[in-house]
Amino acid sequence: MPHHVEPDGEGLPIPNRISAKPVRRTGSIVAAVVVAILAAMLVKGLVTNPRFEWNIVWKYLFNERVLEGVGYTLLLTVISMVVAIVLAVILAIMRKSVNPVLRGVSWFYIWFFRGTPVYTQLVFWGLFAVLIPRLSIGIPLTSVEFWSVDSQTVITAFNAAWIGLALNEAAYLAEIVRAGLEAVDPGQAEAAQALGMKRSMIMRRVILPQAMRIIIPPTGNETIGMLKTTSLVLAVPFTLELQYATNAIANRIYKPIPLLIVASIWYLLITSILMVIQSMLEKHFGKGFEARPVGTKGKQPPLPGKTEGEPKDDVDKTNEAAFLGYNA
Amino acid sequence: MSDENKDLASQDTAAERRAAQPGRPAVEAKRVHKAFGDLHVLKGIDMKVMPGTVTVILGPSGSGKSTFLRLINQLETLTGGEIDVNGEMIGYKRLADGTLQTLNDKEVAAQRAKLGMVFQKFNLFPHMTALENVMEAPVHVKRMPKAQARELAAKELTRVGLGDRLDYYPSQLSGGQQQRVAIARALAMKPEIMLFDEPTSALDPELVGEVLGVMRQLADEGMTMIVVTHEIGFAKEVADQVVFMDGGVVVESGGPGIIDDPKEPRFKDFLQHVL
Ligand SMILES: Nc1ncnc2c1ncn2[C@@H]1O[C@H](COP(=O)(O)OP(=O)(O)OP(=O)(O)O)[C@@H](O)[C@H]1O
Ligand SMILES: [Mg+2]
Repeated sequence: MPHHVEPDGEGLPIPNRISAKPVRRTGSIVAAVVVAILAAMLVKGLVTNPRFEWNIVWKYLFNERVLEGVGYTLLLTVISMVVAIVLAVILAIMRKSVNPVLRGVSWFYIWFFRGTPVYTQLVFWGLFAVLIPRLSIGIPLTSVEFWSVDSQTVITAFNAAWIGLALNEAAYLAEIVRAGLEAVDPGQAEAAQALGMKRSMIMRRVILPQAMRIIIPPTGNETIGMLKTTSLVLAVPFTLELQYATNAIANRIYKPIPLLIVASIWYLLITSILMVIQSMLEKHFGKGFEARPVGTKGKQPPLPGKTEGEPKDDVDKTNEAAFLGYNA
Repeated sequence: MSDENKDLASQDTAAERRAAQPGRPAVEAKRVHKAFGDLHVLKGIDMKVMPGTVTVILGPSGSGKSTFLRLINQLETLTGGEIDVNGEMIGYKRLADGTLQTLNDKEVAAQRAKLGMVFQKFNLFPHMTALENVMEAPVHVKRMPKAQARELAAKELTRVGLGDRLDYYPSQLSGGQQQRVAIARALAMKPEIMLFDEPTSALDPELVGEVLGVMRQLADEGMTMIVVTHEIGFAKEVADQVVFMDGGVVVESGGPGIIDDPKEPRFKDFLQHVL
């Protein structure tokens, strides 16, 4: 949505409309020039320094193994974050449940997974098939078994990697989600109850969408953190992600610096994309919150659902409406 | 102004309709008690609200007025006594052996559907436009098709004078407008009884009138209403029954005339402070 900047009250009959030049800001222009010069020097230093070996950076930037590493890193980040978010919402809702067993389980989960290092957890998941050779579903403490499978076929290195990352991350996210849920005014749930909405629906339709506003910024942080935490999956060991792939190449050709730069470029690129997605989500869930009441200080926010074609029309209606409002 | 004339014209027919309502109360409270821990807030409230009538509850702060309304809507659970809505006990059912069984979520939601509630702080959903606020319950509780719900919501919003504010978010509306959206939202569920908990207390003085105007209009249309308010003028003009509560008991009740001629010293004292 393009930001449509338009002077206040355009189209209104204001004979003495003010048109003035903005405040002169000499200081900020000087500062901008200084910063630009410094930045240019820095870039030139980096690009022209032969020790960075940009030709090698360029050669390996789109290397097959590197690209595969980028793919796996992205995949691990996305899968583990999605699973972690779903788990975290469940944990946070359990934490606020009326049922003490559910509350206890959630508390214990968060305590355990936050309390042990993620590296250790990943090692454990890597050893899963050794520690627990067969997974089965049956009646506990009897020999009745409905279904069973070899752990090795289910908990592959890749699966162990995202399971380990997701379970750990869920514990952190659960606290973020809980803080978001608690920030929503209890009057919201009461109003929804009074309308006959049931508990699960109130959570889904009323509480969560508002909590999202508070949940998203720290979750964006966590996602970008996760992007880099994926390099720890060598503990499993899973060795196809970006950090490991570039490291392997660096060791082979004895050129650590250019390959670190290759990895950094990709991490930066993915981070930038994630930041764009985050800001789109923030805008979506911020709907209705950024707006100021009509006629208060500051610019009126663009009206929802308004098309570019009919701004004047709306301004007229707004005025008429304000007029009627006071008469009603 | 034209609105006012319409109100006046419909007033006597509404009054007649009210007078013609015999029989079963819409809401009946029988020796209602409520305690929060050791705090005994309601100490045996009896009240009958006949269909199509307006009951105004007056009382000093902390006397338990909000608590009483919240009990009717099951936002709080009863400690003692019974509340019937349209002759049906709320919150519990009596089993064959005479013991009480707590109702499940679904049954409670069904009972709540007969009641609309308007809160002091509006409690509009801030992430939804006025129209979406009003559509929400018809679509998701009553499973009404969206197009039909949209039409209904637009109609209810027009009825409270906000037909030109459908796509505004609550934060873009004045307090009085927000409260009118809240009233429209409750009305869209076609409640038989409306509960108002100090609907104008959070409003700037110049916005009180527009909300009271909508409530007056509702009363004229024959809606059964229980209103907690400090607006004595509204009580005198619109109420069929005035109840004065203090310290968790009903101190005095009767027709709107009791406001001009209070018997109980505590009620006299209260009126002197409010007027
Ligand atoms: N959830 C609660 N837990 C504990 N005490 C409560 C709770 N809700 C209300 N109370 C207490 O019950 C008493 C009555 O409160 P209530 O809100 O019903 O009064 P009110 O008559 O509506 O007052 P006001 O005019 O200030 O709104 C007060 O002392 C209040 O502190
Ligand atoms: Mg109150």
